[in-house]
Amino acid sequence: MDLKPAHALIRFGLGRAGTEPPPADPTAWLLNQLRAPDFPWPGPVPSTVEGLAADRFDRENKDMPGPKRARQLFEAQAASAMARAVATKTPFRERLVWFWTNHFTVSLRRGEITSVAAAFVQEAIRPHVTGRFQDMLIAVMRHPAMILYLDNQNSVGPTSKAGGNGKRGLNENLARECMELHTVTPASGYTQADVTSFARILTGWSVEGKTDPLGFVFRPNIHEPGEHTLMGRTFPEGEQGGLQALAFLAAHPATHRHLATKLVTHFTADKPSPAAVKTIEAILRDTNGDLGAAAAGLVRLPEAWTPATKVRAPQDLMVATFRALEAPADPPPPWIGILNTLGQPLWNAPAPNGWSDQAADWTSPESMMRRIDWAFGVAGRTTNRDAAMIADAALGPLLKIDTLQAMARAASRREAMTLLLTSPEFQRR
Amino acid sequence: MHTIPRRSALLGLTAVVTAGGASMALAAAPTERRFIVVILRGAMDGLSVVVPHGDPDLMTLRPGLVPPAVGMPDGLLDLGGGFALHPAMTGCHAMFQAHELAPVHAVAGNYRVRSHFEAQDFLESGADHRMTSGWLNRVAGVLPAVPAGRPMVQTPSPRGVPGPTLTQVSTPGPRGDDGLSHAIAIGNSVPLLLRGPIPVANWAPHGGGEPNQDLFRTILALNQKDALMGPAIAAGLRDRGFGDEATRDGPKDGTRFGFPGLARAAGEMLKAPGGPRLAAFELGGWDTHTAQMGRLNGPLKALDAGLLALKTEMGETWRQTAVLVMTEFGRTARMNGTNGTDHGTATVAFVAGGAVAGGRVVANWPGLKPGQLFENRDLAPTTDLRAVAKGILAGHFGLNPAALARVFPGAETLQPVNGLIRAA
Repeated sequence: MDLKPAHALIRFGLGRAGTEPPPADPTAWLLNQLRAPDFPWPGPVPSTVEGLAADRFDRENKDMPGPKRARQLFEAQAASAMARAVATKTPFRERLVWFWTNHFTVSLRRGEITSVAAAFVQEAIRPHVTGRFQDMLIAVMRHPAMILYLDNQNSVGPTSKAGGNGKRGLNENLARECMELHTVTPASGYTQADVTSFARILTGWSVEGKTDPLGFVFRPNIHEPGEHTLMGRTFPEGEQGGLQALAFLAAHPATHRHLATKLVTHFTADKPSPAAVKTIEAILRDTNGDLGAAAAGLVRLPEAWTPATKVRAPQDLMVATFRALEAPADPPPPWIGILNTLGQPLWNAPAPNGWSDQAADWTSPESMMRRIDWAFGVAGRTTNRDAAMIADAALGPLLKIDTLQAMARAASRREAMTLLLTSPEFQRR
Repeated sequence: MHTIPRRSALLGLTAVVTAGGASMALAAAPTERRFIVVILRGAMDGLSVVVPHGDPDLMTLRPGLVPPAVGMPDGLLDLGGGFALHPAMTGCHAMFQAHELAPVHAVAGNYRVRSHFEAQDFLESGADHRMTSGWLNRVAGVLPAVPAGRPMVQTPSPRGVPGPTLTQVSTPGPRGDDGLSHAIAIGNSVPLLLRGPIPVANWAPHGGGEPNQDLFRTILALNQKDALMGPAIAAGLRDRGFGDEATRDGPKDGTRFGFPGLARAAGEMLKAPGGPRLAAFELGGWDTHTAQMGRLNGPLKALDAGLLALKTEMGETWRQTAVLVMTEFGRTARMNGTNGTDHGTATVAFVAGGAVAGGRVVANWPGLKPGQLFENRDLAPTTDLRAVAKGILAGHFGLNPAALARVFPGAETLQPVNGLIRAA
């Protein structure tokens, strides 16, 4: 395997799967994934309706012993999502799904998310990773997972019918995070008045969790009446006002700069080159937020082909490991437990800004020791495998001679495999 | 304590035991005798562990690798007959004095390879090629089957060791409906030694343990050049008690290897009336190419503490227990250029347990003169490790030559080492 295919598989993909044929033309392989449909996955398709129904069942059957339906749903969906990442033949698409899922973090730190987190990825993120950012943003902001995570179902227009002349009021959480994290960022110079105004615009965007049909609902009775001004623009009353405001935020130059910075950081280096950021920013501007075009632009950045500048985050490391080992799907690895141990529990980031994309945040002493312990554990279950062959298949020219020599001298097959999985070249991407 | 006539137990004819509820439990098991194999991966230097201090050539070959003499502070522990135990093995020395430990010296498998991987495959296969089954699995195949209807392993999760009772239990294999297993692998995986047609249980403590000091050291070395991961791993090792010199000093606490915990867990499961009768687990850290004097302390203390923990945990059932401690090969008789030793041939094995006729070193000593060394380099093998295992299996379980031939195919003419097991 040459350097460029290895790099494409590791940097843009999720690690080579066993000895799958490396792409002959890495650039074309990546660009084709942006045009092709998702790798077909036979696993269950998560749905918001199913998730909210599970929540309703759990509420109505509080005294039932055993695990809650929402939790069971989550565990099955989490396992399916990780198995899919290990199996996928369109790993660049899957990495983009991960990237945008993290950009629009919803977290199980809020228990209500448990039943709908997978549905959020399926319905709000996955369909749009090569589509328009505006469509993804709107799908995200209308998704029950995001509305519940950032409290918008409780945001009541003070002068709305349900507002009781100011007895009930706004919750700015969703509006603030949308501006600060998802779109324009404080660099755009918005004020507290803009945040409050956007919160008013978004009042009524809520979740129906009791009666069918379950899902997103616009509730006119809690929507703040009147026109509202956001960053100098005026938006009409009603659900339309929110849609227009989101379209405005999505198309804002500050949003394009923010998205470009995050994308280039993920695909080139923790401290990306300003020129590369400008390139992607220009693509987003010129294509009106075409995320597929931006992803193609990343592939064409010379900076994206400098090897091993990033550290694999735990989810990345886990999936890359199981891809390299071609681990049998049955019995399934304990995905949730592994990610908990390695410090990146699935769909469970501590805060709405998601998981860090900086190597320093994933390489604390304890983090590294946990990676080593886990690698040792995995290696203990693969003692009938030839670690040197797996190393060569997974890393190709990225494999260092020092690592290979240390593996050859290792005191057991398990130790050789541990050395591969803990080597800097396997930890990085 | 109820005693079953040994021969009936061996043949699975435990129905002859008729008295009381306790005997019903006993009757469920084909044998009350336990056999445990401990694999020391990485090639333990037998000449450092059971030191032939009476051999005049020892100090010439490896002056820097011999601990202080018997009677000196931190000195060797005398075993008689010109042999002495490494000072770190105080627990094993007490076991030796109680006639429960027999070191077997100048022992090796019948293969002559110096690759860890190949040698471990052969050690566990019990042959000079890698087989798809291990010899301990084949022992399970020739023991009387567990009667149908008895749960495979009835023990609760060992106390003090969090984790599931069993991480996986294979389904009954081709032996048919009475083919339930009485073998268990303790640790993250089932080693080749226990793999094969007979289903075996597998128990691992939560988290699966941690690498040994040598492996940590190599991981650190490979990451040294990485500006982020190198310093982080060094700091992580310090946090775990490896001291500032993570690359040289062992953990402050010799039990950090987690091996005594594994041994305790094994003991708790094996002593249960309905528990497994065969078990295997392993300990690494023996590949001492450099600074061997210091680096052997950690693994030896762990081995010593583990065997002691096993004995303590098993209580009364220790009397019915035999343990074989074996490693894939020994190390060079001469010290190398980095105060260590390289891959060699013959080494020492331990036979331990309440059922063992211990208190003596079993050795047909080959000598250490240049002409006596194997390829003028290694301690020459004079005893085949399979003969030691055969001796245990014959004495402990009463396996006949036909059964032993199934366990060690190709070694039909190899005579068992007799007298390792006490007469019942």
